[in-house]
Amino acid sequence: MATRETLARQVAGLDALDIPATPVVGRRLRLWRAAWPKLAALTIVLGLWQAVVWSGWKPDYLLPGPAAVFSELWERLADGTMVTAVGVTLRRAALGFSLAFLVGAAVGSLVSRVAVLRTAVGSLITGLQTMPSIAWFPLAIMLFKPTEAAILFVMVLGAAPAIANGLIAGTDHIPPLLLRAGKVLGARPVALYRHVILPASLPSFVAGVKQGWAFSWRSLMAGELLVIIAHRHSIGEQLENARTLAAAEWIMATMIVILVIGILVDALVFGTIDRVIRRRWGLLDTAG
Amino acid sequence: MTVPAASAPFTALAPPEAAPVLRVAGVSKVFGHGTAAVSALDGLELEVSRGQFVCLVGASGCGKSTLLHLLAGLDTPTSGTLRVEGRTALMFQEAALFPWLTVAGNVALALRLRGVPRRERPGLVHSLLEMVHLQGFATRRPHELSGGMRQRVALARALAQDADVLLMDEPFGSLDAMTRDLLHAELERLWSDRRFTVLFVTHNVREAVRLADRVLVLTSRPGRVAACIDVEIPRPRRIETPAVSALAGEITEQLAREVQRHGHA
Repeated sequence: MATRETLARQVAGLDALDIPATPVVGRRLRLWRAAWPKLAALTIVLGLWQAVVWSGWKPDYLLPGPAAVFSELWERLADGTMVTAVGVTLRRAALGFSLAFLVGAAVGSLVSRVAVLRTAVGSLITGLQTMPSIAWFPLAIMLFKPTEAAILFVMVLGAAPAIANGLIAGTDHIPPLLLRAGKVLGARPVALYRHVILPASLPSFVAGVKQGWAFSWRSLMAGELLVIIAHRHSIGEQLENARTLAAAEWIMATMIVILVIGILVDALVFGTIDRVIRRRWGLLDTAG
Repeated sequence: MTVPAASAPFTALAPPEAAPVLRVAGVSKVFGHGTAAVSALDGLELEVSRGQFVCLVGASGCGKSTLLHLLAGLDTPTSGTLRVEGRTALMFQEAALFPWLTVAGNVALALRLRGVPRRERPGLVHSLLEMVHLQGFATRRPHELSGGMRQRVALARALAQDADVLLMDEPFGSLDAMTRDLLHAELERLWSDRRFTVLFVTHNVREAVRLADRVLVLTSRPGRVAACIDVEIPRPRRIETPAVSALAGEITEQLAREVQRHGHA
């Protein structure tokens, strides 16, 4: 029979052999590996755009090339109009998304906990998600006049169902074994919710919140195009003005701003949160 | 060593001098209703005395896991009574660790849910991890560990509950032989140091003989105690010794006869 010391040494040896080896990749190399496919794709898109312009399919004043659009964008950034517009729009985005988050999280946690509510409104929430947000605007404008409130109303309706659904799906798909483990440790309902159910549903909730952001950003753009508030610059208002003046460079420069903001928030904010959670849970390889 | 015939339902009673820490009296558990009803346990009688290491062996479908779930309070019996003196902890076949917590966090949560004050937790976590030789892995996440290491974290977490009765549901069933042997030695050492009561379910008869003071053979569908064997092989034991093999052989034959009965039904 092995003595205690040899037993401890055997255990340690087996542990060392058992632990999965993870390759060490430098930070710079990892960044480059993540960046180059994106840079290549961007170059190809710009190249194709330029090629279409050069083909003469449409005249320059309808379809300007990348150079003209980027110089227009630079001017609008330099004279401050785009900066003010982006500021107003981002403030609305933050406000509308926060409201949607609160409503979505509250509804989601209620519906996931109360069985009756679940049968009553569970499918309704999923149904709401299929409703195009722009279809809400006529009603919103009737109720709130063409004001910021109308835009926020539609943003909440567009994004909250996705956030609520994320939470509901998350609590639905908790492995029963983890719930049992929590109960065995002596967790009563409240403690079980706080220590097991809530953290276990986090990945799905974050996915729902990420989707909620995309929906609220789309609703916001639709809203700013439809609900023009006098003397108030915003990205949507810029786009609408550019359309009235048939200024193609201005239209496309504004579109680029919309796209870039959407991608940045999605990738930097939600992408990072998502990655951190997945890495902690071991759902993600370190590469990627 | 008592090895009665498998056909007669056997009542496993604790030795009269020791008060039973765990008593199961006439416990039945039926799943489902009407024609679809399946009887997992039928009038089970069982007693375990304090500090005993008892292994339950039986073919699949004998209600071993059901019994542990009932004892852990995860389910209620259809009829009969279960009494446990003190607290129970249950270890599953899988480690069932919380993936969002570190190794230390998993153990600390058990302490917290038991009501251990915050300032006492870190020290206890460290000594519990030391007991299972994982003190160097406190900040790791469960997915970074091997199966055997995860199961040891689960053991540390179960010990953190400071339970009087440790219920183990085939905890080493999915581990390789070498890891399992080491864990047997670890468990035996902890048990002889801390003297808690263990009710250990397994389908591996050798494992049962290797570990137990007493092996109970359960019948299948419905589960009853068919035989009760006191293992008198001196400790510490090794799974590959002739004495363990010989007794395991006898019990396996019993089990085989028990399973054959179902072929005629």
